[in-house]
Parts: sequence; structure tokens; C-alpha cells
Amino acid sequence: MSFMKLKAISILLTVINFINNNKKSGQWWQSLHRTMLRRALGKTFRLIGYTIQYGCIAHCAFEYVGGVVMCSGPSMEPTIENSAVVFAENLSRHFYSIQRGDIIIAKSPSNPKSNICKRVIGLEGDKILTSSPSDFFKSHSYVPVGHVWIEGDNLQNSTDSRSYGPIPYGLIRGRIFFKIWPLSDFGFLRDSPNSHRFSDD
Amino acid sequence: MAQARGWLRRYLKAFCKGFFVAVPVAVTFLDKVACVARVEGASMQPSLNPGGSPSSDVVLLNHWKVRNFEVQRGDIVSLVSPKNPAQKIIKRVIALEGDIVQTIGHRKRFVRVPRGHMWVEGDHHGHSFDSNSFGPVSLGLLHAHATHILWPPGRWQRLESVLPPERTPVQTEVQ
Repeated sequence: MSFMKLKAISILLTVINFINNNKKSGQWWQSLHRTMLRRALGKTFRLIGYTIQYGCIAHCAFEYVGGVVMCSGPSMEPTIENSAVVFAENLSRHFYSIQRGDIIIAKSPSNPKSNICKRVIGLEGDKILTSSPSDFFKSHSYVPVGHVWIEGDNLQNSTDSRSYGPIPYGLIRGRIFFKIWPLSDFGFLRDSPNSHRFSDD
Repeated sequence: MAQARGWLRRYLKAFCKGFFVAVPVAVTFLDKVACVARVEGASMQPSLNPGGSPSSDVVLLNHWKVRNFEVQRGDIVSLVSPKNPAQKIIKRVIALEGDIVQTIGHRKRFVRVPRGHMWVEGDHHGHSFDSNSFGPVSLGLLHAHATHILWPPGRWQRLESVLPPERTPVQTEVQ
């Protein structure tokens, strides 16, 4: 019992001593506030720093390497279903290695804030059939320099180069190469069902 | 020996840490906020690279200003060339979507700028590869807004957004 009392008194003494010491050198609660404020500020700054750092890393990854994209719309059925999740890579755009038959993501020519997902049918200099195949008089057009001709796989339900013409290469954002969702379709992409649309030369 | 190895290891660690912070931050800054570029060619004379100047101009390109693809008529902008995706060109915006513009040496005499497009021209008519040869360009090709001339020091100035009076669109879309 006496031992406990002694201990309690000693703790009390230490606390009083601490307060007295700090009173002498200033107000103890102020110094406590200051250390807390400093710690909070340091934490905030560290948080901001980390946010900026990881934001920048994410930007670089999405801009130069690739990322996961969700495609919506019926224009690429049956290769890519409505609201499918896919992997897209941006390296082939930076190295200018987009081929005929690749599925690309590009900025819409009429609305730069929205993206479109189509298949590349012709590269610059290719001859494209612009009339319907059943027409007697076939009309062709050549893809100009620095442009690509893109079409959806669902030819009946797709707004593409057949309506707005070839699009500049600079609008291309990335190339889709792998499907994640829906799981039944997991895997690499199928070839185009409209292979007759590709030019021979 | 062991001490030297420890020092080297610490140094490498610090270097890697700094590297993985500094490079992404710098790249993002240059992509999203601002960068500088040297202007080549005579297509924007007399605003940029005026004759008689020994060195070509260096301009400040502001990416942040065009993050929502908002440009005004008269702005000097840089964009990805529609003919060569590896090249950037610098031109003045003449008309925005919906405007009707009178062309110089284009296939058609009057052109209505389609939705999401703009009409760009160099200030030096006849010596510029611009919308008069490749037609209206998509806003998606927009790269940055040129706001200042930084170099040579004697030519340090703000680039004003002025539309040449003789190149005002015939009809402008009210927004």
C-alpha cells in the first residue's frame, strides 16, 4: 500500500515538475500546441507530396505505357462487347508501329473530349472501297499522308471513317490488345470479321 | 572497404529515390503545365521569327490553358501536324466550329468549319502550310497555346491574341 502511494506521489511530482519547468521557459500548453501544429503541417505536406508524386507516376504510365480502359457502345461487336474492359498500350503509337487490323482508341474528330474505339482498315496511301460492295460502279478513295482509315467491326451500327473520312494519326491514343471483361471473352483479340474491307496492296 | 560499399549503396539508394520522383514529376509538368520550344521556319512571320533576326525564337507553350480544348480566334497555338504526326506546327487560330471562312487557295472558296474543328493559318500567307492546304483540323490535335516569346532576350514579350482584320471569318457562330 505504501509502495503504491509512493509511486503515485512520485508521478504527481514529475507532472508538476514538468509543468513548472515549462512555465518558466514559456507557457507549456503553447509549446505543446506548437509541436502538434508542426507535426500536423509536416503530415499534410508529406501527404501532398506523395499525392503529387503518385499522380505524376500514374500520368506517365497512362500516357506512355498503357492502362485499363472500358469500352462502351455497339460499334465493335462482336469483337468487343458493349461495356467491356480491356488493356490498351500506348507504346506502338509512340513508335509509329500501328498496323492494319489493329484495334485502336482515338480521340473523336468531332469531339476531342470523347474517345472512340475502332479497327484500322487502311494506313496512309491505301486504297479504300467507299461504296457498298453490291454497287455496280465501285468508288475508291486513297488515305492521305499522316492519316488512317478506321471502321467499326459492326458495319451496320458504327459511325466511322465512312461518314467522317480518314482521321489524322495524331488523334490515336493507344492500341487495344487484351480483353479482361467479360470473363467468357478473356484473352487476346479476334481477327476482323470484315476482312474483305482490307485493301490488297 | 565495407564502409565504402555502404556509402555507395546509400548513395545509389538516394539516387534511385530521387530519380523515380524527379523524372515523372518533370515529365508530367512538361506534358500538362508548360514547356518551351524553338520555332523553325518562316510561316508565322512577322509575329515569330521575323526576318533579320539571327536566331530563331523560343516560345513558352502553355498546356494548362488548353486542357479543355478551349481556344479563341486569334490565339497562337501549336498542334500535331495532320500530315506528319511526329511534327508539331505553330499557327494562328482563325475560325472555330460553325464559322464560315474565306479561304486562300483552297479547293473551295468558302468553308464552314465542322463541329470539333478549327481553322488555322500562318501569318505569312503563301509561305505557310496550314488549313488552306489540309483543311480544318480537329481540336484533338491541339497541343498547346503559345503565350510568350522567351528568347532572344531582346524580343521578350507576350504573344497577343489578335485576329488579322482581313482574315476575320465571314460569319461567326454566336456562342
